[in-house]
Amino acid sequence: MTEPVVIVGASMGGLRTAEALRRFGYDGAITVFGDEQYAPYNRPPLSKEVLAESVSHDAVAFELRASVADVNWVLGTRVLSADLDHSTVTDHNFEVHPYGTLIVATGLRPRRLHVPNGDVRGRHAVRTLDDAIALRAELVPGARVVIVGAGFIGCEVAATARKLGCEVTIVAPGVHPMLRPLGQELAAEMQRRHEAEGVVFLMKREVTDFIGDTAIAGVLLDDGTTLDCDLLVEAIGSHENTEWLDGNDLDTTAGVLTSNDLRAVRRDGSEWSNVFVVGDVARFPNPVYDNECRRIEHWNIPTETAKRVAQVFTGQAQGEFRPIPSFWSDQYDNHLLAYGVLALADEIRLEDGDISGDCVFGYYRDGVMVGVCGIGMRSVVQSYRSNFV
Amino acid sequence: MIKIDVDMTKCQHYGQCVFEAPQVFKLNNDDKLEYTATADESERANVEAAIDVCPMQAISIVE
Repeated sequence: MTEPVVIVGASMGGLRTAEALRRFGYDGAITVFGDEQYAPYNRPPLSKEVLAESVSHDAVAFELRASVADVNWVLGTRVLSADLDHSTVTDHNFEVHPYGTLIVATGLRPRRLHVPNGDVRGRHAVRTLDDAIALRAELVPGARVVIVGAGFIGCEVAATARKLGCEVTIVAPGVHPMLRPLGQELAAEMQRRHEAEGVVFLMKREVTDFIGDTAIAGVLLDDGTTLDCDLLVEAIGSHENTEWLDGNDLDTTAGVLTSNDLRAVRRDGSEWSNVFVVGDVARFPNPVYDNECRRIEHWNIPTETAKRVAQVFTGQAQGEFRPIPSFWSDQYDNHLLAYGVLALADEIRLEDGDISGDCVFGYYRDGVMVGVCGIGMRSVVQSYRSNFV
Repeated sequence: MIKIDVDMTKCQHYGQCVFEAPQVFKLNNDDKLEYTATADESERANVEAAIDVCPMQAISIVE
């Protein structure tokens, strides 16, 4: 074991890695760098419960186990660069920190719109606690909210904003919300359910500019029409936080490429023995599906990758790393639960229930189940999980 | 023995715990969480894994 362990990223992936290293017997030094001022906290409530209720770090902070009490948390500190040949990272104060083993846990940040009149107040994203605090303050009854993007985050924010009494319009380039993961039938049904709750969809449309001098007053769309609004939520996907690793001969297109054991891979294919990647910034092969390397932005991946890295690091890893991705989403009373990688499917079948009520869909590639997703019927959804383990 | 507590004011019945500690947690036919209040010490690692994956952070081991 090469000490000390330096973890860059103090969100769920960083925390779970520190905990797992202790659980698997590493008792050496661990330092965790986080660019936010907050100790690790739980992000899923930020687009749901936290937006609807009071927003505070206390409400979402992860409980820190006794096993990580001696971890050195360096918060409010951004790591600017890494020199893997010399095993150092440099923080924003230009202090250089040597490591024995480096864990990359820097995750993602929201993509933002780039438009000519971009410098206006009232633009929001939903990734950090501070983002949620800022957005919550503006979600007042009667506020006109435009959400750009119709993925899970955009749809969850839409549902929460409707509950809070806002007027909500979603603008997105696709045909239906959440179409790529859910498939045509379920995505169309979710759109229908949102519309029944009063959300307006402007699909196959893009925002080309903002209207307003200092504060946003509306958006200009690609068909030349305009839409008034009081605030804008940008939910158009993510960028990987990998720029700090530039210059190190890593493949950082769409996340950091790793081996199945989550070791960072050089461009020539060789592996760094002392550089690991966890969480949604890791692009790893998952033999459950195929040899393709993918980033997975689902809930359980930080925890699963952290555990695997700790096992590899302490020499206790067995077999292949084969995590089954899992996610859920709450939109009004619609509780979506899924296992697997739905987007791989070339065929989707209704397995149980009724599309107008609770239902379960199976996702197949070449006739083999690669995922399952339901609205409600969670115990039924769970019963299919073993089909693709 | 370990004593397990689930804060049912937080639990949203996502069922993520079920696959980590199937001897302790399950979703019943109404999709509600059921769990055993005590378990053998040998279940501790599984319950700790369930604590980690709970989206609502509702599970704890009472020491």
